[in-house]
Amino acid sequence: METTHKIIRKHSLEKLYVTLLENRKIYAPVKQADNLIGYQYNPAFSEVTFDHLQSTLSVKNVVFPKVENLFYYTNNKTDSTVKGIDLEKFPEVVLWGAHPCDTAAYDVLRSIFCWDIKDEFFAARLEKLVVIGLACHKSDALCFCTSVGLSPDSSKGSDILLVPLNNGDYKAEIITEKGSRIVAESPEIFENYGDETVNVTVVEQKFDHKQLTSKLSNAFEHPFWLANSLRCIGCGACAYVCPTCACFDIQDETRGKNGKRYRSWDSCGFGLFTLHTSGHNPREVQSQRWRQRILHKFSYMPERNESLGCVGCGRCSRACPVDMNIAEQLQALQSI
Amino acid sequence: MCNNIYTPYLMQIEDIIEETSDARTFRLKFKNPDDAEKFSFKAGQFGEYSVFGEGESTFCIASSPTRKEYIECTFRKAGRVTNALANLEIGDTVGFRGPYGNTFPIEEWEGKNLLYIAGGIALPPMRCVIWNTIDLREKYKDITIVYGARSVADLVYKHELKVWEEMPDIKLITTVDPGGQTPDWKGEIGFVPMVLEKAAPSSENTIAILCGPPVMIKFTMPVLKKLGFQDKDIFTTLENRMKCGFGKCGRCNVGKVFVCKDGPVFTNEQLLTMPQEY
Repeated sequence: METTHKIIRKHSLEKLYVTLLENRKIYAPVKQADNLIGYQYNPAFSEVTFDHLQSTLSVKNVVFPKVENLFYYTNNKTDSTVKGIDLEKFPEVVLWGAHPCDTAAYDVLRSIFCWDIKDEFFAARLEKLVVIGLACHKSDALCFCTSVGLSPDSSKGSDILLVPLNNGDYKAEIITEKGSRIVAESPEIFENYGDETVNVTVVEQKFDHKQLTSKLSNAFEHPFWLANSLRCIGCGACAYVCPTCACFDIQDETRGKNGKRYRSWDSCGFGLFTLHTSGHNPREVQSQRWRQRILHKFSYMPERNESLGCVGCGRCSRACPVDMNIAEQLQALQSI
Repeated sequence: MCNNIYTPYLMQIEDIIEETSDARTFRLKFKNPDDAEKFSFKAGQFGEYSVFGEGESTFCIASSPTRKEYIECTFRKAGRVTNALANLEIGDTVGFRGPYGNTFPIEEWEGKNLLYIAGGIALPPMRCVIWNTIDLREKYKDITIVYGARSVADLVYKHELKVWEEMPDIKLITTVDPGGQTPDWKGEIGFVPMVLEKAAPSSENTIAILCGPPVMIKFTMPVLKKLGFQDKDIFTTLENRMKCGFGKCGRCNVGKVFVCKDGPVFTNEQLLTMPQEY
C-alpha cells in the first residue's frame, strides 16, 4: 500500500499507547539500572523512553526468543509420545519505539527463517507482531546503518514509523495494512501532516556494501581473517546482541519421563558450533569462525537469501570485550 | 496435534543388527500408519534421529526407497545420542525427522556402469543407493562395489556382503588393512586406494560413487583420476554437523553451500569450487 503521512502530537502518544494496551501486549524500551536501555512487556507509559540511542539487546527475541520450545515429549520406551505447540496461542504484540535498524532486521530474519521451508514458529510470531518504529534523532560513532542500505529514518520493517519533529511532535508514516488498522482504531489521534521539519540524525557512510560483497566473493583465503581476529576470544557476545544473528542449537530438557525439545540462540564464534563427533572440526580456529561470521552476513546471505545479514546497528562493536570494531574491519575489507 | 517442522515421527525399532562391536543397524517402522503412507524419500537423503531426553543425531537413510515398509539406519556409538540409541531395545521408540537433502541422480546414471567405493562406517550412506540400483538392476550396466575396513571385525553389513558376493551380476571386492585379516579371510589385504588401483575398473561410461574417511578420499581421488574418471562423474556425500536439517540453524554450510539443502550429495566438480570447510 501507499505510505500516508500523519502527525501525532506529543501529548497524544500516551492515548495511543493506552489504547493499544487494551487488547495487546506492548514491548517497549525503558531505562534500566546503570542507564542501560532494555525492552519490557507492558511498562507504564511514563517509564517508556523516547530519547535513547539504543537498547543493549536487539528486539529479535520477539520473533526468535532466546529459548523457543519446539514440542513436549513423554519418554516411555515403547510408548513414547510427543505433543506439539499451539502456535495460535502466541500473543499479539506491539513493538513500540524500535529504531529502524532493529525493525529492518525482521526482514533479514524472515529471509533466513522463511526461505525454502517456512519456520512456523518465527512466521507465527511475526504475523502477530505490529511494529511501531521510531526514527533516530541520535547516533554515535559506531552506528553504520547508511553503509548497509538503511538510514536513521528507514521505514523497513515498520508498520508505522514515528519520525521526531523539531517541535516535539511526531510524524507518523503509515506503511502497511497492519499500520492502517491501528490508525483506524483511534483516528482522532492522527492529524494531518503539513510541512513540519523532522529531527533526524545524520549517520556517515563508512563503506559501500555492494562493493564489499563483490570483494568478499574471492576473499576466503585472504590473510586478513587471521590478522584481524587474533584478539577475538570467541565469547559470542556479538551474536547475542545482534538483531540478525539467527543461528540456533537444539537441545532436550527432561524431568523424569517428561521433557521438551527447544531451540536456543547459538553463535558461529564458538568452537563447539561445528565440531563433529569424530573430533574433526571444519572451523577449528577462531580466525575461521570470524571469517564465517563476516562472510555469512556480507557474502553468503546477499548471494543466497538476497538480503544483507547486517543492519548497521553497531551493537557487536559496543558489546565486544576486546574492542573489535566491525565497521572498521568492513571498511578495511572493502579495499583488500 | 499442532505438529511443526521440528516434531519428529514416532518410529518403533523393529529389528536391531549388531554390525560391529560399536556399530548397529536399526530397522524402524512408523508407529502411525498414516505417516508411513505419506512418507517417501530418495537415495542419498538423510534424517534426524532422536532419543527423547538425549537429543538428535544426523545420519543418512541406509535402506533403499524401493523397500517401502520400513527405513533403516546404521550408526556407530560415538557421542551422546548414538550411545543412547545403542542402549535401546527392539520395540522402543525413536524420533525421526526427514527426509532432508538432495539425492543421488540415479535416473541420470541409467545405461552406465556404477563403481561404488566405500571405507569403514561410510558404507551405510551408500547402501541406500547400492540397493536402489540393484533393485533396478536392468537399468544399469556393470555394478562394482569396492569396500574396505580396518579389520574383518570392522566390516559392516557382513550378511549383505555375502548376498552381493553371490549375485552373479555384481562384482564385489572387499579388503581389510594389512594386519586386519583373519586366518580365513578370502578378500584382499591392503588399503582401498591400492586395491582400487590393482582392480583398475574402466572409467568409460562409468560413474564412481565414493564415500569414506577423509584420508581414504584423499588417496582414492588421484587413483580415480589416473583411471580416467572426470570430476563430474565422481559423486560423494558430505557430512557436517547439523541441527535443523533444512537450512536455518546455520552450521553445516561450506561457504555459501548448505550441506543440508544443496547436499549431502556432491560431485567432485562441485567440491572443487567449494572452500575447504568440511
